[in-house]
Amino acid sequence: MSASAAIAPRSARRRQALPGLGLTLGVTFAWLGAIVIVPLAALALKPWELGVAGVVAALAEPRVLAAFRMSFGGALAAALASVPVGLLFAWVITRYRFPGRRVLDALIDLPFALPTAVAGLALTALFASNGWLGAPIEALTGWKVAYTPAGVIVALFFVALPFMVRTVEPVLRDLPLDTEEAAATLGATRLQTIRRVVLPALAPAMLTGFGLGFARAVGEYGSVIFIAGNMPMISEIAPLLIVVKLEQFSYAAAAAIGLAMLVLSFAILLLLNLWQRRLRRGLG
Amino acid sequence: MSAATRDPAPARIALVLLAAALAVAVFLLPLAAVLAEALRRGWEPAWSAISDPDSLAAIRLTLLVASISVPVNTVGGVAAAWAIAKCDFAGKRLLTTLIELPFSVSPVISGLVYVLLFGAQGYLGPWLRAQGIEIIFALPGLVLATVFVTFPFVARTLIPLMQEQGREEEEAAATLGAGGWQIFRRVTLPNVKWALLAGVLLCNARAMGEFGAVSVVSGHIRGQTNTMPLHVEILYNEYMFVGAFAVAALLALLGVVTLAAKTLLEMLTSRRIGEHV
Repeated sequence: MSASAAIAPRSARRRQALPGLGLTLGVTFAWLGAIVIVPLAALALKPWELGVAGVVAALAEPRVLAAFRMSFGGALAAALASVPVGLLFAWVITRYRFPGRRVLDALIDLPFALPTAVAGLALTALFASNGWLGAPIEALTGWKVAYTPAGVIVALFFVALPFMVRTVEPVLRDLPLDTEEAAATLGATRLQTIRRVVLPALAPAMLTGFGLGFARAVGEYGSVIFIAGNMPMISEIAPLLIVVKLEQFSYAAAAAIGLAMLVLSFAILLLLNLWQRRLRRGLG
Repeated sequence: MSAATRDPAPARIALVLLAAALAVAVFLLPLAAVLAEALRRGWEPAWSAISDPDSLAAIRLTLLVASISVPVNTVGGVAAAWAIAKCDFAGKRLLTTLIELPFSVSPVISGLVYVLLFGAQGYLGPWLRAQGIEIIFALPGLVLATVFVTFPFVARTLIPLMQEQGREEEEAAATLGAGGWQIFRRVTLPNVKWALLAGVLLCNARAMGEFGAVSVVSGHIRGQTNTMPLHVEILYNEYMFVGAFAVAALLALLGVVTLAAKTLLEMLTSRRIGEHV
């Protein structure tokens, strides 16, 4: 909001002060329409070539249901795991000064910048039975990570983590220190202050970060398919099933899976949004 | 920070060490693993895998796709940012939401939508085939899918900054008789140039590294429709691990350089760019 808008008398209908609205809006709509709106409309239309019963049948296939469970369940687990780790990173880079802080800060964005296929290959090499992390984990616990559902969750955690850090961090930085001081003055221990004052203030941002990380993880493909092993019914993700259906030229079934993924993840994001609104109201 | 809000030293040290250990495991080990696998048999095999004709074709194609997609999204993103930040019209929130929509769509779905439109059994497929126009399994499909997944980068780095900067400077220029293009080039652009550069770099990194969306529309024709990330997958599936990791290392380098440039630009402008992109 510009300051002058508040001071200047508002005329009944403000004339456009700056030129270019027609041109820039025209370019924007052409760009948005051709690239996003029309193609997504095709996605919304195509499944119904199968009829309603056909769409239901396509989605009720056991293999499809298992893939949805893997993608949505895995994304949920990864987003949950990103909460404590993301909080730790955000806390350390905003509250402490230590050598290498800037490097750590920059590294957190690596999953954004690293091509997903590279991340997939790297994580597979790390977590394979003879990998730097896979070998000790298997020796200590007997668990295999690569080529199992655990591998899927590891890859999804990698892509979801930066969202949590980057949404919590600005809120943590802007959090007024005097509320923490007040809590301390009133006799709260440091842990009590963090649990009762800091964490509730961060809760809405944590939900946003959770939602962003979850949304990204649900649709993730490149970093997952190398480490997943892609066993139908066990470690196969929903986006891979779209690829499989396309290879069989079942366009409508592929579209049905894609549309269901979008609708389901938007519904979950909407719920998170409502929950977040309640939290904010609680904070006053 | 007062004593009351300072964590005890042992807690501080423990938390920093824990964060450092996690950062090494989550961020540095994967990078090191790619490099180690690429150089497993020394520099020679890694280099010959990169200079192989198929790899060179993939590199050329990746550069070509990015050199079309990035300018398209730069023009669109700048136009959208101007309209949203500098003009008044109804439905701004909806427009912003629509621009950010591609970020919440799975890369595979981003490719799928174009197959539904232009594929053999797509809405326009038969007509296009009659005209002899190829989109899917050809360059236009790769470009469209790449434009889709990198769609919001430039717009969303510019919009918050341009909104924050307000319109006073532009309005002053307009009062003094400057035209729209002149205002943009002489007033707005100098104010946002570093953010624009960062947006373009992030857009480019994603365009060159995109895998899921292009994998759906590519058809994987070697030497013709294989971009670098797709070439990595093919090499890997053929058990040519050194080659796969060598090309992957090249892509990882692109990511690391982009990250370094972004950090540098953030220090230069002392503001975060492209938050949770």
